[in-house]
Amino acid sequence: MTPMMTPMASETARDTDAPRGLTRRTVMMLLAGGVAFAALAPRGALAMDTAEARALIDRAVGEINGVINSGQSETAMLASFEQIFARYADVAIIAQSALGVAARQASPAQMAAFTRAFQTYISRKYGRRFREFIGGKIEVTGAQQVKSFYEVISTAYLRGEAPFEVRFQVSDRSGRDLFFNIIIEGVNMLASERTEIGALLDARRGNLDQLIADLPALG
Amino acid sequence: MVSRDAGFNDPAEAHNRRVHGFNKGVDRVVLRPASQVYGTVVPGPVRGGISNFSDNLGLPAAVVNNLLQGRIEPAGKNGFRFLVNSTFGLGGFLDPATDMGLTEEDTDFGETLHVWGAGEGFYMETPLRGPSTVRDTVGAVVDIFLDPVNSSIDRPESNYVLGANGLSLVGDRYRYSDTIDSLLYESADSYAQARLLYLQNRRFELGTEAESNSDDPYDDPYGQ
Repeated sequence: MTPMMTPMASETARDTDAPRGLTRRTVMMLLAGGVAFAALAPRGALAMDTAEARALIDRAVGEINGVINSGQSETAMLASFEQIFARYADVAIIAQSALGVAARQASPAQMAAFTRAFQTYISRKYGRRFREFIGGKIEVTGAQQVKSFYEVISTAYLRGEAPFEVRFQVSDRSGRDLFFNIIIEGVNMLASERTEIGALLDARRGNLDQLIADLPALG
Repeated sequence: MVSRDAGFNDPAEAHNRRVHGFNKGVDRVVLRPASQVYGTVVPGPVRGGISNFSDNLGLPAAVVNNLLQGRIEPAGKNGFRFLVNSTFGLGGFLDPATDMGLTEEDTDFGETLHVWGAGEGFYMETPLRGPSTVRDTVGAVVDIFLDPVNSSIDRPESNYVLGANGLSLVGDRYRYSDTIDSLLYESADSYAQARLLYLQNRRFELGTEAESNSDDPYDDPYGQ
């Protein structure tokens, strides 16, 4: 908003010379209308930009680093990580994508139950791995647009390990800026979970309700 | 079993799954228990020293491959790293080169074949060595003959090198035990997970990353 204020203020002097029908008030109304329209319109594929995507991951990584170096108990850390994950990740799209084609036959009630079960499962599964991050840090180094979304690139520095690359894929197509995938040294979390959930479903002969019941304990 | 992920070529899956079962058995009975003993009995700094020593002796082979790939800068870095660690690093047990910014530029003949234009070929899980592709398996065999260290030493020194490499492997199994245990023993289909992990990470190393890393689930929520 702020950048718009400056040119409008400087236009005041020229107002008297402005042709009728293009007064400052008209311009302001047009602008206000435009802003209102933008707020009402569904957000397009590229409504966010590289800076916004980076800012989101900067905040998430800042919170993760805070937890890693907080010195709190492991149980407390796991709880903090689950909160961070729920706040910054689009759990619904991750769950749906992990379930794959089976999600198409699922009822809305089943999808809702699966998403809840999946959030517990994935938070526990990856939260336990965050133990390896204690005393380390993640540094955001850049961001780029990939097709219809943004990818924020960061480097993880863990104790006694060579630094490695972690990329967060971010989109606002859920209506909010959220990340939907993490790629660690080329290894894609979404692809890995799709394989895992598919195998779990196969082991239950495709019985989704059984999978929903079992999933929270499998993380 | 239906393969859900595009981007791999695994016509010998049934055979590979048998090899995977064998490898898992070897891990469960030999490698994993040995790594627990090694990690508990041998102090961390000693394990680190043995791992450094083994890594350092791999550098001449890396330099040969860097040169075969026409990559002069990594060749110089690895060569200089070898000189620094072999002298100031007391024969490679310490790693002062990393502190000087001379980090290892890992490579192998599989990568050389890639640079020369060879495709990765079928996925294969090899006995004891684990996940690989046809190209990377050929590369691993060629690397044995290509290694200047192998051809310049005799017994008993060659046995010490072999021993250090073995211990380094056991040390790695200990160091990454959480990751490896969760992959092998906690995933619903450890064969498929190992295949995915290997291929994606290898393609990342070689700069031929899978197209699937630019999929947008909002366009294709069912991953078809």
